[in-house]
Formats: sequence, structure tokens, C-alpha cells
Amino acid sequence: MPDAPTLVKCLIWDLDNTLWQGTLLEDPGVRLPDEIRDVIITLDARGILQSIASKNDHDLAWQRLEDLGIAEYFVHPRIGWGRKSDSVCGIADELNFAMNTIAFIDDLPSERAEVSFRAAEVRCYPAEQAASLPGRPEFRPDVVTVDARRRRQMYQASFRRDAERESFAGPDEDFLRSLELVMAIKRADEEDLSRVEELTLRTSQMNATGVHYSDAALRGLLADPGHEVLTVTLSDRFGPHGAVGVMLLEYRPGVWHLKLLATSCRVVSFGAGTVILNWLIDQAARAGVHLAADFRRTDRNRMMDIAYRFAGFAEDPCACLTSTSPASTASTASAGERDGVQCLHLAAAPRPGPTTMRLTAPDLTAGRVPVR
Amino acid sequence: MTTGQAITPVTAEAVTAEAVSEALTAFLAERIKTEVAPDQDLFASGLASSMFAMQLVVHLEETYDIAIIGPELKLDNFRTVQAMTALVLRLRDG
Ligand SMILES: [Zn+2]
Repeated sequence: MPDAPTLVKCLIWDLDNTLWQGTLLEDPGVRLPDEIRDVIITLDARGILQSIASKNDHDLAWQRLEDLGIAEYFVHPRIGWGRKSDSVCGIADELNFAMNTIAFIDDLPSERAEVSFRAAEVRCYPAEQAASLPGRPEFRPDVVTVDARRRRQMYQASFRRDAERESFAGPDEDFLRSLELVMAIKRADEEDLSRVEELTLRTSQMNATGVHYSDAALRGLLADPGHEVLTVTLSDRFGPHGAVGVMLLEYRPGVWHLKLLATSCRVVSFGAGTVILNWLIDQAARAGVHLAADFRRTDRNRMMDIAYRFAGFAEDPCACLTSTSPASTASTASAGERDGVQCLHLAAAPRPGPTTMRLTAPDLTAGRVPVR
Repeated sequence: MTTGQAITPVTAEAVTAEAVSEALTAFLAERIKTEVAPDQDLFASGLASSMFAMQLVVHLEETYDIAIIGPELKLDNFRTVQAMTALVLRLRDG
């Protein structure tokens, strides 16, 4: 029977822009299209198990699935910040299914490539093919037994909800390098700011400094010589990831004050936050200034907290934090906390460039090397 | 073994440090495919990246039921197996 394809026993869904429309951390009201709901119900009735491999906040994503009334359809979901390939292989392990019976659907070519890179037998589908899956032969078993229809409930007996805990493992550097990532940091103009608008919304503060600046406030600072508004774009060999980050920097005597750093949750696992911080630290070192950074811990920006600390930011007192005296409190960084916002500090030293991506960025030190 | 640990806390502590160190060495061997010495600098030797360091934070927190926050989140605490072992024991005691 060489013409009959191996049946898929489990379909693993990505969530953002695949199962639902939108990115949950940026839009809590992500919409589930009716045609996707139909696919889920149809496959379930055929005894094909369904699971989830998504880079998302586990609790928020699961809550959304429950609100949409479809959480019960998924077994062994892996929602966390780990590699998708680990999630897919982990789900196959849990189910004790061979890799060639697993299917994976995701809107991002890079994620499908990462899964294929480590589990070549898994069949990967782009998100736009979701509605057509039930019509494909590999999703059409000849007979659907009663046991098959109950299969999901059987597996759910062993359902465990500790997926996130087990799944934190970023992509390894070899894989990152194979993506040929290119990051571009540039001084923002009006159009660039429109592209990062969703990052500056209060609801998308995940992976950010936890300090909110409105789009209007940022636009108002574009022409201010005392401030720098920078945007970050990322691309890889599959194409652009688009605008993925925004920074607000204030130049002060002896210290540059990073007031906002927001990056899209899509690029956390590429180490984008660390690359941006290291570049800024290197620039500050060249300019002979210290760095201060506002940071407010939220339930969504743990990774950025770690990125700051590992980059060397600490709560050290330093004269640079109190040496300035502009009247506006908004531009005054005092050591310690205000409104839950910590002011972290770093005496900048030169840093090597990133090893996992190519970086193009402006020279912030031009005309700013201190007069001694 | 169990009795020995119960009688002398010093031994129990030594065993714990040893266990943490061994478990970490095994974890690293699996993740970076290299056998590392307890005092080997993972970052200076290029074996680990800052991305990997973040994974270490989460791994230690979950394996040993500790919270690593604020000033404890400095890279030096994750530089060697020894440093991580000391961090785990310190936070578990605290
Ligand atoms: Zn300073």
C-alpha cells in the first residue's frame, strides 16, 4: 500500500496567528475563526489528537483557550518559552507516538524549520493550510472506532499542566546562526514609530522595561536633541520579522538613561534583548558614560529582568544618578525605586558584537564624546 | 546513608553540595555536550551564552524550588558549577 499516506495521529498547533488571529500578549482578545474551530472539532471526532506548541505565557494562553471553549480539545500542551522542536518531541514522547505520525502547524517559517531541523519526520504545515487539513488523506482515517473517538479523553487522564516548567530551553546557537539573523537598530522617524505602535501599548509590556510611554510621547521626543528614539527590526533567511523593538534613551551628563526598552515576544528566544543591551553598553563605553535603566518588574517581563542583570545592570549607587538636576522629575533618575520602578545602573565597558546575528546600528557617540 | 545524614548536619550539607554539583554537571553535559570541571568558567570558555544563562536560571529555580531575583541574578553566580552550587545552597538555607 505505498500510495496510502501514513495517518497523522496528533496535530500540534501553534497559537498566535495560527490557531487564533493575533498575538495574545499584544491583544488579549485574539479571535478564533469559525473555520479553525470546525477543523479542531472535526479532527477530534476522527480520533486525531491535538496538542499545542506555543511560545506564550502559559497561564494567559490557557485561560484564553478556556474562554474560547476549546481548551478541552488539547492534550499535553506545551506553552512556554522553549524550543518548538523540544515541545513537539516532548508531546510525541508523552503520547508514545512515532515522529512520522505527528503533524505541526505554525505561521512562522523559522519555527517550522526549527522543528524540521531536529525532527525531520514531522509533517509541517503553514497556518494558511489549516482549513484544508481535514480534506487531506493523511487526516482521513478509513474507519473511526468508538475508541478512536474517546482517544482524547483517555489521554487527558494523564494530562499534566506543568508544561511551561519543563519547556524552558532556548534555541541553541548553532540553530540561531543557521537562521542568518540580521538586526537593524535605527534612529526612528514617524513611520518607524507607527510600525512599533503595538509594542508601546500598555498591554504589550511583556519583555519590556515595564514602564509605559505613549505613542504620542515618543513622537514628541523624535526631534528632541536630548533624547534618542530608536527602533529595532529583525530579519532572517526566511524573510523579515518586521519591527520588533523600540528604545527611548535620554542623554545626560555622564550618563545615558534608558527609559524604555520593549521587544516583541516573538524574538525573545533569539536573544534579541541581550544583543540590544550589549550594543548600548558598548556605545556608552565608547562615549565614556555610565548607563541607567528604568525597570519595573511585571508578571510578563521576567526574561528582560534576567537580560538586564546578566548584562551587568545592578542597584549600585553611583554619583551619576544624582548629579543631574533638571526640574522635571520625569527625567530625574534617583537610585532605588519610585512607583515600583527601579533605576538600575551600569558602569559601561566595551562589549564584543553578537555571535548569533549581524547587527547594523548608528554610532551614538558621534559628537557626544565627553570633553575632559 | 540516611542515618549518617540525619546524625551529622555537616555531612548532610556536604552531600547536598555534592549532589547539586553532580546534577548540574550532568545537566550541562547533556545541554552543551561537554564535561565541565566544577571551577571551569562556562562563559569565558565560550561554552555558554547569555541565552543559555537564562535557561540555567529557570532550571535552578525549578529543580531546587528557589527564587533567584534582584542582585542574585548576576552572571558571576552562574559562571561555574561551584558558583551555582553555592547559590543554590545559600538560597535554600535562606
Ligand atoms: Zn554611574
